[in-house]
Amino acid sequence: MTTKTSKADQIGEDSLNKVTISCWRHRNILDLDDFSQDEISLVFEIADSMIDILSRKVKKVPTLRGKTIATMFYEPSTRTRSSFEIAAKYLSADTVSLDAAKSSVAKGESLIDSLRTLQALKVDVIIIRHPSSGAPYTAAEHLNIPIINAGDGCHAHPSQGLLDLYTMKRNLGSLKGRKVVIIGDILHSRVARSFIWGTRFFEVNLVLCGPPPLIPEGFKDMIGRLELNHVTVEHNLNKAVLNADVIMPLRIQKERQQSGLIPSIREYVQQYQLDQNRLYKAKPGVLIMHPGPVNEGLEITREVAYSSKSLIEQQVTNGVAIRMALLYLVAGGENK
Amino acid sequence: MTESTQLIKNTRLIDPGQNIDAELDILIINGFISQIGKNIQPVEGVRLIDASGLIASPGFIDLHCHLREPGFEQKETIATGAAAALHGGYTTICCMPNTDPPLDNEATVNYVKITASNTAPYINILPIGCITKKRMGVELADLFELANSGCVGFSDDGNPVSNSRLMFTAMQYISSFGLIVIDHCEDLDLSRGGQMHDGWVAARLGLKGIPAAAEESIVARDIALAEATGVRLHLTHISTKGSVELIRNAKKHGVNVTADVTPHHLTLSHKRIIQKNSDSLSEIAYDTNAKVNPPLRTEEDIEALIDGIKDGTITAVATDHAPHTTEDKACEFDTAASGISGFETSAAVLLSLVHKQKLSLNTLIKCLTTGPASILNQPGISGTLKIDQPADLVLIDPDKDSLITPSMLVSKGKNNPWIGQVLKGMIMATFYHGHIAYINDELRDGK
Amino acid sequence: MSEKVLLNSSDIERALVRIAHEILERNKGATDIAFVGIKTRGVPLAQRLARIIQGMEKAEIPVGSLDITLYRDDVSSLGFKHVVQQTYVPFDITNKHVILVDDVFYTGRSIRSAMDALMDLGRPRTIQLAVLIDRGHRELPIRADFVGKNIPTARNESIKVFLSEVDAVDKVTVVKREEVNDDNQNF
Repeated sequence: MTTKTSKADQIGEDSLNKVTISCWRHRNILDLDDFSQDEISLVFEIADSMIDILSRKVKKVPTLRGKTIATMFYEPSTRTRSSFEIAAKYLSADTVSLDAAKSSVAKGESLIDSLRTLQALKVDVIIIRHPSSGAPYTAAEHLNIPIINAGDGCHAHPSQGLLDLYTMKRNLGSLKGRKVVIIGDILHSRVARSFIWGTRFFEVNLVLCGPPPLIPEGFKDMIGRLELNHVTVEHNLNKAVLNADVIMPLRIQKERQQSGLIPSIREYVQQYQLDQNRLYKAKPGVLIMHPGPVNEGLEITREVAYSSKSLIEQQVTNGVAIRMALLYLVAGGENK
Repeated sequence: MTESTQLIKNTRLIDPGQNIDAELDILIINGFISQIGKNIQPVEGVRLIDASGLIASPGFIDLHCHLREPGFEQKETIATGAAAALHGGYTTICCMPNTDPPLDNEATVNYVKITASNTAPYINILPIGCITKKRMGVELADLFELANSGCVGFSDDGNPVSNSRLMFTAMQYISSFGLIVIDHCEDLDLSRGGQMHDGWVAARLGLKGIPAAAEESIVARDIALAEATGVRLHLTHISTKGSVELIRNAKKHGVNVTADVTPHHLTLSHKRIIQKNSDSLSEIAYDTNAKVNPPLRTEEDIEALIDGIKDGTITAVATDHAPHTTEDKACEFDTAASGISGFETSAAVLLSLVHKQKLSLNTLIKCLTTGPASILNQPGISGTLKIDQPADLVLIDPDKDSLITPSMLVSKGKNNPWIGQVLKGMIMATFYHGHIAYINDELRDGK
Repeated sequence: MSEKVLLNSSDIERALVRIAHEILERNKGATDIAFVGIKTRGVPLAQRLARIIQGMEKAEIPVGSLDITLYRDDVSSLGFKHVVQQTYVPFDITNKHVILVDDVFYTGRSIRSAMDALMDLGRPRTIQLAVLIDRGHRELPIRADFVGKNIPTARNESIKVFLSEVDAVDKVTVVKREEVNDDNQNF
């Protein structure tokens, strides 16, 4: 799918060439591993319209009026949560937000019981972020309202994967043959996993770069077993970024050093920090992405993070558009 | 004539301990084996059981199970655990000491023995004592007291004994009792935080893995310690190819080590956790019924374990029956309890290996009878049907299909990964000291 | 399929020319006029009207396109959903006379949605409605200012408009409902 850069072409364009909504099969959005290429294109098409709304004076459409979107975040998050909440509000939905630390969870209520309570409050969609991989899948077994996974443990973050992919496509057009590098703690990254799944249709050359314990044998074995042929691993950052089109450093968490997975933050910075020097090895038009929040001076220097090549702010805006598209698909219309 | 006088006719008796595999009749009088032969005539007052088409075997012996009482009666009690064991064909079971209070003192051991004789009289329940106080791995338990109060072996199961010096000393004592040390081999530093086998499935699911080396490193250590102390070492629930190789080599060098494996480790791989549940609304399942410690491993490990049984490296199958409540399992994968409630599916699962021609029926029955008996080395527990010995035996229909459902499981623990599946092979009756301790409705009412 | 052609290419052209004259008459010229076509076929109609007026008044009239999917009142009740297409109104509509253009005027609900959408884009001085075909059966109190042709229909009939920019041919036909593909359902 090419980005439509010329708006004039759209006027009078008939919808027969576009992806039809009948390709959408999801009730829940838990991960990108079961999205077809058509479904990804559909999300992007709807996101294109949503981006327009974000630039208007009146940033509201009545589409989800009367629907209630509940966010249930068991892990702290300002960016993703507010992104989903704003997306819901722009679509005129009502939002209700539960902070697990202050809620009945602190009193020992189980995940399933808390979600059942929300369901009994007749909310229409639940957006859940949880530190346990697989928690949204367990939840989906017990609920009959749609669930959107806003991040589960190390496993998946589908809306992030989609917005990263969308950002790349809006800036590069076709992704075929492009070299995209993800740097960092791949093993614990749900962002990296969803990105791997999301990019599998687009013939990109995806390079995972990080210290060996953070891209261990089990992970490499998985890439082979699941035939993710677009993915390769390179432990040396200087080699990895050579001629890259897009580079995405991941947050490195200080806890990794405490648990002995990296020798020290200092060593990590020396070997894996994306700084200007390393950037020179990439293509001149290289683009920088980051799922946020950025640890300036750790995985990326301030100078690179805020350079003209950085798409970090675009990712945030695109995130709202993608989440509006997902909410439209999941909450708008009759539940199947 | 008593309730424990039976004539079992036309059964295929497989008793590896006496090299028997033939179509025979078995006469039990007052709880003892009176006669085994062809065309035995019924004596007056005997109950006739037509076992044509069924296999008879000595009652199964389980070296490793969790009865949860005292302390965790919501998961299982001695009574319900015993009923489940009998439903699974077991007539002798060894219960692990991770109760609350644990079996690290005579009073609790006596409690278990008394409760067993009161609430589960038709099965032999043998307690395993703790190696260290409260299984904390810091101080040795009162080993002499435990040996004298009837413990048939020692283990901290649930945990390893991480302190090698402590394990060494424990082995020195226990070897002097002539009893076995049963170790749960796990390096807690390597396994910490791990939820499943450390391989490609864990990477896919975003779960922390437990590497095979976490088991193998302690297997190697224990073998070295056993060699030095001369204790009879028994390694329970072995799960990796590397462990099998270490044990094989140790046996070759004359170390007194034995090993058992569970039915689930012989048949399920780590892929079972991803398995899509057909009723599920999601694509992958994160099935907590497949969460167990040690974890389900790879197909290569499964093949190695089966080879280990074939060549005698592993001489017993033990269930590691670990019942949990529904709440303990109906939650996020990493908070779910580990364990499979396995008594009642054990035979059918093992028979599937026979049906697939991976193991012979004879070898299988050895692993359930003479194998564990020889490891226990307890008087009166032979795993074989000798004349004038108590009649502990089981009748099996190897081809009967049964759908595994929570309600057909007698155990309080419904945490079983075969629920929803049809398994081929069923225990039709279990005899303890000649009494019918369990009988399938169809057999009781006459087929 | 009993499809009857009601208007051909020249009929359509004549109707549009007449509408263009009426627009200029009503608005006393072309000052501050803008066209907004409702997707899909309202858009080429709006473009044609703009071209006709440009020919007559030598004035360039701005043309925009409006997607009303997000404003529909049946979003929650329909069994299927619509792909959202893009709205493109690259000029300020505040204080303009905005003429909404649609191919078939039926229940009036799309026009209601279109007006809501327009209000979120600015504050027009007036909103006027030009339609190629009015088939009756209004469900809301909305009327058209400029009508190409009145074609009373039964509820089980369907009017189909074909425009060469979209369909390679220009014609207007009527079909009995049971033979109609629901994807083309009028709103």
